[in-house]
Amino acid sequence: MFTYTLRRLLLAIPTLLFIALAIFLLLELSPGDPMADMPLTIPPEVREQMRLALGLGEAWYIRFYKWLYMFSIVEPSYVLANMTGIESLAVEGQRIISFQTRSPVADIVAQRLPQTLWVVGLSYIFGILVAVPLGVYSAYRQYSWVDQLGAFVSMVGFSLPTFFTGPLLMLVFSIWLGWFPIIYDTTLVVDSLQDFGLQLRQMAMPVFVLTLYNAAQINRFMRAAMLDNFTQDYVRTARAKGMSEKVVVLVHVLRNSMIPVVTVIALGIPTIFTGAIITEQIFRVNGLGQLLIIAIYASDFPMVLTLSMVFAILIVGFNLIADILYAVLDPRIRYD
Amino acid sequence: MRTKFALLGAVIALALMPMTAAAQRGSSGQLNIIYWQAPSILNPYLSGGTKDVESSNIVLEPLARYNEVGELVPWLAESIPTVENGGVSQDLTSITWTLQEGLLWSDGTPVTSADVAFTAQYCMDPEGGCAQLRVFNGVQSVDIVDDRTVTVQFDAPTPVPYGPFVSMASPIIQQAQFAECTGTRAPECTDANFYPIGTGPFTVVDFRPNDVIQFEANQNYRDPMLPHFQTLTFKGGGDAASAGRAVMETGEMDYAWNLQLAPDVIAEMAQGGAGVPISAFGTLVERIEINMTDPSPDLPPETRSTREAPHPFFSDIRVRQALSMAIDRELLVEIGYGAAGQVTCNLVPAPQAFASDANESCRVQDLDGARALLDAAGWTVGGDGIRVNGDGRRLVIDYQTSTNAVRQDFQALIQQWWREIGVQANLRNINASVFFGGDPGSPDTFQKFYADVEMYANLFTGTDPQQYLGAYRCGLEPRPDTQWQGENINRFCDPAYDALHAELTQTASISERARIARELNDILIQNYVVIPLVHRGRVDARANSLAGVLLNTWDSGLWNIADWRRVQ
Repeated sequence: MFTYTLRRLLLAIPTLLFIALAIFLLLELSPGDPMADMPLTIPPEVREQMRLALGLGEAWYIRFYKWLYMFSIVEPSYVLANMTGIESLAVEGQRIISFQTRSPVADIVAQRLPQTLWVVGLSYIFGILVAVPLGVYSAYRQYSWVDQLGAFVSMVGFSLPTFFTGPLLMLVFSIWLGWFPIIYDTTLVVDSLQDFGLQLRQMAMPVFVLTLYNAAQINRFMRAAMLDNFTQDYVRTARAKGMSEKVVVLVHVLRNSMIPVVTVIALGIPTIFTGAIITEQIFRVNGLGQLLIIAIYASDFPMVLTLSMVFAILIVGFNLIADILYAVLDPRIRYD
Repeated sequence: MRTKFALLGAVIALALMPMTAAAQRGSSGQLNIIYWQAPSILNPYLSGGTKDVESSNIVLEPLARYNEVGELVPWLAESIPTVENGGVSQDLTSITWTLQEGLLWSDGTPVTSADVAFTAQYCMDPEGGCAQLRVFNGVQSVDIVDDRTVTVQFDAPTPVPYGPFVSMASPIIQQAQFAECTGTRAPECTDANFYPIGTGPFTVVDFRPNDVIQFEANQNYRDPMLPHFQTLTFKGGGDAASAGRAVMETGEMDYAWNLQLAPDVIAEMAQGGAGVPISAFGTLVERIEINMTDPSPDLPPETRSTREAPHPFFSDIRVRQALSMAIDRELLVEIGYGAAGQVTCNLVPAPQAFASDANESCRVQDLDGARALLDAAGWTVGGDGIRVNGDGRRLVIDYQTSTNAVRQDFQALIQQWWREIGVQANLRNINASVFFGGDPGSPDTFQKFYADVEMYANLFTGTDPQQYLGAYRCGLEPRPDTQWQGENINRFCDPAYDALHAELTQTASISERARIARELNDILIQNYVVIPLVHRGRVDARANSLAGVLLNTWDSGLWNIADWRRVQ
């Protein structure tokens, strides 16, 4: 198990290097330009100078090497220094600078990560809390009204995109009913019960939209896995042994059914960090998803590259975790 | 609940009446502004984006500004220097500015002429990549005369010397704060770029890039009674529609910027009752630019869309004129812009003295006239309704623009009108970041112009169109040996035009300048090189309880934010 994990980790290095190069080249070949947002009144020669000041005058392989060095050495050292509070840990040198803000990318990411974790993370947890029991019950009482309702909600969650449900909720709950604010106040500091209430109110709509989406997915997997297991021989054996339905469903079937569901859940966790691009943009939650989409629009290459790379690392990491969890949940699976 | 609060508020307001009657600084409380594009940086010299320039102008201020009717008014300066008052030298090569007495930065230190001179040095640093370098064009040096006086020396006579330190594009920055930030070190100064020290009515408390800025009243602001608001939250991001809703329907915000929305959508929002849309017109003109060169893909890349290959049929002015005559501009305004648009037949639609009245015939659509012109030019209607000339060439053109709902509506309408006079237009729309991106490797940029006609909007800042009209001179066209950079998008070239423009650069009298600018405008319009469509305004929205807003399209929309106040 340990050697397997080690081998996978080592193998991840060339994978990530390849991903980095691929993203870099994609951005390089994409026709966007960081100067595109500038008004047309700025003459071409000034634009050219601005481009040079951004470091775009150098050859692509030099820029890639510089970025790689900063990403793998300089930035981690700053993160480490910030976390431990020991400033001397930080490696001297240029940091990854965003084209839009001319400030270090890592600082902006650090500033935005908590919002994303709160809103998207909470909706993920809610999604699981709703989807797993609903999936279990739907399978146990197949074709009952609860199952039909679950199927309907899943269909709605799957088929209605968040860019539709988001504005719809805004229209109903903000404009008609006036319950929740349209503008997500990112400066709100929660230090009293009233502020906590405000925070709950402004988080309600984005969390609901995302919960619906997450629950729809997990619910379907849960139900299908449970149904597969109910027809297995061991279920009949358990019942024949005289075990209560509760034990049969919640101990025997549920545990076996969790294997594919855990994979789905684990593989979905990186999306908590990547944020929900559309939902964050609609509700003005200043998370990583919104950061990424703004950076893409502005052709802010260092920001897009760094964010995509962080996401790639998370995805590779959680793939590994999902594989290891397999072995923990199912003793038949051995990697040695 | 809400009524209760409102009542309570009214009681408190009554109780405070005797105190607030004098309108103390900060007496209006909290102001909420929303820009659906979020500011990334508060240094206008490192970003030319409107959102960044306007938000930084809350803190940083120039020596003089344009007011809401486009007149130059002194801001940090005592007065506007002119030749008459001796502030501008007789030979037009220098201008001397004097700062108001007793000006302080928000940190309490005095503003001196050294700060003004440093601002020029900061932007003119060749390594810095200053976005506003254009306003320092032709500046030879900025000399400090005394603590409050600077003289800007130009390397040639400059009839309009109000470039440097004027308007939102070039506010004064503090030397003490930015001294270590010149040239290549500019991006390293994150603190200075996010928290500039200024002379404006507010100072930055918290800056979150691409999200929100919090300001509070500047305790050292030159008018002890101003600003009326104590704190200001400047939220960014999202989309124009919900920004408009937040002001006009739910009342969460007090002011929303640039609502580029369909007229009926804005009208519906205004029914919400919490706020009103306001609009003003500057110099922005939506136009169709005609390619005077051949964009045919059969040509080698060295000559495609360059002056070496003249356009096969646009070289005949009658074809260009017919395209313009076929357009119903009234309808375009009604569908696309409503109150935010006016029909225009000019490239320079404002200020009034500079707007020509010689081209008004374009206001009326004339399909028959257009057909007659094409007939006369030898284009006969073929079997499929598309005109063909004697050589068997079909009148088919490529019509490109950026991706944008209104522009696609315009494309569809104009395509239909052109179809009616026997011209087939193939439509294309290109993502704005590519179209305006200027990447020489991309075939889809507006500079490369690999199409017969293209549509976009452009404007000039300030009130003088010299630079703007200068773009249409010979030799400025984008071409392979300039890496496809250049401002003469149409590849228009007329020595008479160039000579007239050269005269403009030598003329100081305002009325003479206006006459020449009108003539230049008329050359371009009457040659049908540019087909103006709509004079576009800017629509913002303000809450009913917000007073003092004077929407300004000549300078920052937030130019007089110190005077904004809360009313019942």
